[in-house]
Amino acid sequence: MLKILKYSFYDLVRSRWSYVYFLFYLLLGVVLLFLNNDLSKAVITLMNVIIILVPLIGTIFGVMYYYDSREFTELLLAQPVKRSSIFLGQYFGVATSLAMSLVIGLGLPFVFYGIFNSSAIWDFSLLLVTGAFLTFIFTALAFVIALSNENKIKGFGYAILLWLFMAVIYDGIFLMSLLYFEDYPLDKFSLAATMLNPVDLSRVLILLKLDISALLGYTGAVFQKFFGTNFGLILSSAMLAVWVIVPTFFIWRIAKRKDF
Amino acid sequence: MFLGTFTGFAKTITVCNSCPIKTIQGGIAQASEGDTVLVKKGIYNEVNIIIDKAITLLGEDMPTIDGEDRGEIIKIVSNNVTVDGFKIINVGTSYTSDYAAVRVIKQDGFLIQNLELEKLFFGIYLEKSNNGKVLNNKIRGDAVNEYNSGNGIQLWYCKGVEVRGNTVENVRDGIYLEFSDNIIISHNLSKNNLRYGLHFMFSNNDVYEYNIFENNGAGVAVMFSKFIEMHYNIFKENWGTASFGILLKEINDANITNNVFKENTIGINIEGSNRINYENNDFTSNGYAIKVKGACYNNQFINNNFRYNSFDITYNGRLNSNKFDNNYWSNYTGYDLDKNGIGDVPYRPVKLFTYIVNRTPETIILLRSLFIDIIDFSEKVSPVFTPDDLMDINPRMKPINHDRS
Repeated sequence: MLKILKYSFYDLVRSRWSYVYFLFYLLLGVVLLFLNNDLSKAVITLMNVIIILVPLIGTIFGVMYYYDSREFTELLLAQPVKRSSIFLGQYFGVATSLAMSLVIGLGLPFVFYGIFNSSAIWDFSLLLVTGAFLTFIFTALAFVIALSNENKIKGFGYAILLWLFMAVIYDGIFLMSLLYFEDYPLDKFSLAATMLNPVDLSRVLILLKLDISALLGYTGAVFQKFFGTNFGLILSSAMLAVWVIVPTFFIWRIAKRKDF
Repeated sequence: MFLGTFTGFAKTITVCNSCPIKTIQGGIAQASEGDTVLVKKGIYNEVNIIIDKAITLLGEDMPTIDGEDRGEIIKIVSNNVTVDGFKIINVGTSYTSDYAAVRVIKQDGFLIQNLELEKLFFGIYLEKSNNGKVLNNKIRGDAVNEYNSGNGIQLWYCKGVEVRGNTVENVRDGIYLEFSDNIIISHNLSKNNLRYGLHFMFSNNDVYEYNIFENNGAGVAVMFSKFIEMHYNIFKENWGTASFGILLKEINDANITNNVFKENTIGINIEGSNRINYENNDFTSNGYAIKVKGACYNNQFINNNFRYNSFDITYNGRLNSNKFDNNYWSNYTGYDLDKNGIGDVPYRPVKLFTYIVNRTPETIILLRSLFIDIIDFSEKVSPVFTPDDLMDINPRMKPINHDRS
């Protein structure tokens, strides 16, 4: 598996797309820092980018890579290699290279700006960690979709739909249910609904770390109490990890049974 | 002849630890109208010092009066008394009476200045006293709970008092006014107080200017008052789930100009306040710059800067009779084709999301979600829920440079 991971990883690192992706983040970081000159403001803008763009790119890139490397996969399948290692190796290769582009691309300008001497270092590392998590989650989901759909167009369609659901539609349903059930106590419900969507979970985690938590009023206090404790932090990290592990398990299972 | 009269009327009585007169109360007993009681450096353990004639009680090199937590320390019961230059510590705490470091009861023409108050219950307490001054005092409390702490400077049924240049920290309410008219409060610094930096109720025709209110439990509360002038104040870092820069409740006919509101959870919280002019203020990096909670009519918001607030204005009704004009909004995304510095499309400062949050507070958890941005955008394009006449017709393209030197 490691060999395939290494191969996929090097293949991607050499590819044009990773560079474009890397340069995009590098440029974004530089522009944000030097146009804004305010570190915590830059972190907020980055949050918006990370919770929307990172899942989108993870999904599309994952699907694209799978369909593109299909011939090579078929070649590999003819060799005495375990099936699960092929697909897991490819998945981790893609996800790692994407996460690396993100972390290095955003990290470099901030390091040069002097993030290590700033109090925003923890917010920033949280930002990068959630960004990396989101990359792994959505690439895994993309692989699951691609593995279960032979048809490229269908695969892309589902992938985009998945992103749309997680980033936009879920919040719409969430909002509707909050409004509909406004007569009931909603703290537990909103906590649970946040935990269930990795995009929302990342957003709330970052928001609470930023100073605007006081803005959230009573609800914010409930959330702060939950996520501020070690238990909450461990639980939300565990939740993000579950979002990586479950799709990975599906990749493994589907890959094992699939006919080519 | 004149000299004779002068010395005849104003002699100086010295009090010190090694003088014939060793207590301040003893010094006051020796003095007559117009005299000065000069207290030398030292520590005096006295409570209930009653000043019952028009004298000047003057401290040299900040002598300390230690009340040893036994009760009230200086009580002024005569007109035209001056108290100057003391350090007063250990005022007694009581749950039945409001012990103060200095209390003035029903007197005119007092002057209380250059005092340093520490470990206090109430600081300077003016009761039905008029035309006096409270200048350049430093009050530093150690309040922990609201129920057993007092206020720094309290005015109750006072008229024509000037409160200037004081520093009040760590008490319950920094400066508290009730039923007090024609008061001037200026150049004070009120910070880290448990409840309000400045709190006033039923007090009309008062002026507040050049004060700084910083990091108070709930900010500044202004209630049930008319004809208030607030200029050149700075309200900053009042940050917490129930904090605001100013709370205006039932305030009519006021002018709020040239103030700075920075990093407050809510810049101004307005309830039932009418005919107020908000001009030339700066609202920077607040959670909500202005939160309007109903029954606010004929207010004007002109030439203000709204910069980097999470929400500029929130409203909870569809009715609007307030006027927004010529403000700068950092969230404005319009254009200025004729280059006259005024944007060509009106700015709508109220977002749909703030309506939803007002209705169901739990929804705030969706703050900064993409879905919320989308519905905000569609509401901006065609307002359905927000008042469609609530807009700034002449939004500025560049922030106004307010000269506050």
